[in-house]
Amino acid sequence: MVLNDLIQIKERELASRKKYVLRCCMAAGCMSSNAQSLKDELEKAVAAAGLKDEVEVRGVGCLKLCCQGPLVQADPAEILYERVKPEDAAAIVAALKGGQAKVSQGDLNHPFFTRQMSIVLANSGIVDPERIDSYIAADGYLALRNALREMEPKEVTDTIVRSGLRGRGGAGFPTGLKWGTVAKSTGTKKYVICNADEGDPGAFMDRSVLESDPHAVLEGMALAAYAVGADQGYIYVRAEYPLAISRLQTAIKQAKQYGLLGSGVFESPFNLTIDLRLGAGAFVCGEETALMASVEGKRGTPRPRPPFPAEKGLWNCPTLINNVETFANVPAIVRNGAEWFAGIGTEKSKGTKVFALAGKIKNTGLIEVPMGTKLRDIVEDMGGGAPDGGTIKAVQTGGPSGGCIPAGSLDTPVDYESLSKLGSIMGSGGMIVMDQATDMVDVARFFMEFCMDESCGKCVPCRAGTAQMHHLLSKIVARKATAEDLAKLEELCDMVKHTSLCGLGQTAPNPVMSTLRFFRGEYTERLQPDTLGRPGTESAVPAGSRAT
Amino acid sequence: MPLSLPKDRTKRVAAVMEHASGDKRFKILETHMKRHQYKADALIEVLHKAQELFGFLDNDLLLFVAYRLKLPPSRVYGVATFYHFFTLKPHGKHTCVVCMGTACYVKGADRVLAAVQDKAKIRPGETTPDKSVSLLIARCIGACGLAPAAVYDGTINARQTPESALQQLKGWLTNGSE
Repeated sequence: MVLNDLIQIKERELASRKKYVLRCCMAAGCMSSNAQSLKDELEKAVAAAGLKDEVEVRGVGCLKLCCQGPLVQADPAEILYERVKPEDAAAIVAALKGGQAKVSQGDLNHPFFTRQMSIVLANSGIVDPERIDSYIAADGYLALRNALREMEPKEVTDTIVRSGLRGRGGAGFPTGLKWGTVAKSTGTKKYVICNADEGDPGAFMDRSVLESDPHAVLEGMALAAYAVGADQGYIYVRAEYPLAISRLQTAIKQAKQYGLLGSGVFESPFNLTIDLRLGAGAFVCGEETALMASVEGKRGTPRPRPPFPAEKGLWNCPTLINNVETFANVPAIVRNGAEWFAGIGTEKSKGTKVFALAGKIKNTGLIEVPMGTKLRDIVEDMGGGAPDGGTIKAVQTGGPSGGCIPAGSLDTPVDYESLSKLGSIMGSGGMIVMDQATDMVDVARFFMEFCMDESCGKCVPCRAGTAQMHHLLSKIVARKATAEDLAKLEELCDMVKHTSLCGLGQTAPNPVMSTLRFFRGEYTERLQPDTLGRPGTESAVPAGSRAT
Repeated sequence: MPLSLPKDRTKRVAAVMEHASGDKRFKILETHMKRHQYKADALIEVLHKAQELFGFLDNDLLLFVAYRLKLPPSRVYGVATFYHFFTLKPHGKHTCVVCMGTACYVKGADRVLAAVQDKAKIRPGETTPDKSVSLLIARCIGACGLAPAAVYDGTINARQTPESALQQLKGWLTNGSE
């Protein structure tokens, strides 16, 4: 494979484009609403109408408005059909050449679509995730070719540094800095790992990216491997995502056949093997050291850092771990330049962020917006507000490690710093909207139950602390708690946050702390008077001795 | 095998290997292990395959895997029990997985779960005494656009209500105890 081959494939692919295209969403959301048989019916209808030479039925990735699936988009007329049934196939095909199909149509001029800015999802809903040619036609693998043949590894890292890309897994560590550290680490063997263990309940961005554009992730990993000097990559993906797994397998196979993975990629001395590793349902494996233990086939328990994975990671070799979305940003950055990417977003948070918008909101689905977009714009304009005349009470970001942002703070711009100021985190991108009917104490209890179940049990603060906090929260929900219990809960939050070994424990109190901060009334109104008439006890730990 | 193994254990391993030689599924598993070159780090992949073939992981199966991958049985058992995805008990004829992710939860998945629990008289993770239905909860199946979602025998069903869940269960339960 050389540049000419890429260009040829692209030209061949573009030349074979037909006049009309019916793009069928084949991501997991629509697939579970019978999208496969819909696509089969559309193909049959096209054949029956004798339009095979003019109409292409293309299975594509996520078309974003998941709540209205299965979705079909007709081009070039740009009509989005919603909740399409297999019986509607003939009508849709007939309407291609003018006329109206009696199928519910979505409004593509709605802010939900118009306010999106696609970098990570640029190919989502456009390319066929199961055909590498389709990705190459969208300038896929061009960035990898240019990097391998025209750039030094250091230049690639520098490009990422200058772009200002930060880790999309949640913490927002500068990606370029991480790459630079791994590149500088000594060692003959280095690894690149893609963290696709999307454990946050209510988050499905990474799954959609993997299902819609697996090659972008592979290309991003290959660029990273070249930059840091690795020749083996692993994608750690949840076993709960069978469709993502099969698309990744297909993508890896095709890339190998084209010589885009394996030895001598693009006829350069660069070699790269990428293997899949399946998770087995452990939330803690999203933590990087636990994830590496799991890749090694062990129990997924974290270990103290330092040494950081960049120095001693998988099998004690320098290892680069990035999230799916981070890798998916890389090809576009290398292709369009660091300055282009750095021009998007806010001063400290560059680029875009993909969010999975769900919960009590009209338009559920996948959105990608520039950093710095106001939460209100996302929730009210794009999401359409709460359904059935409800009012939005809070927006939860960051899953069990994040917090609830009250409706009063909806004018906050979405970037790493602003969200952490509110006691939440950017997180991986789950955004759950809650309305007036949602009980915030119960939500806090829900997340604590999650953390309690998912605690790996290695360190005491997390193992015992989450169980105790859950007990106290259940007591408050059941209206059996006293002010003393609430004080104890707050003390425990502080203790678990500061003494746990890994991110799971350190962030487990976040949902409690943020709901206490903004919705304290919901806690205190349930408290019972201390019937034993005990004097208000002070904390057992003397003030000032705790870490702050 | 290490030489220090107690005699009854060697006997047990021999019995397991004897049993395995007559079962085709063990051969498939063996091929899978060979593809991973019997490497210890492939343990989780091997357990995935084993569960796919047998439905659940019993002690003999774990012992077989341990012996073949040259790992201590404690390590294999430790890994199998650490991850939620692996089950050491057989499931019922039908499985009902209620998604309890955040999006499903705020849209009433807890009511769906409660209805199923009441009807089948089992708690999550349990199977009805007649082995007809297993009830499981999922942390998030990533179908948040379809909340609240439930998976019946591997098929995702969108926008569940307590009524729709009970409707689904009806057919399964009447085949069994009721």
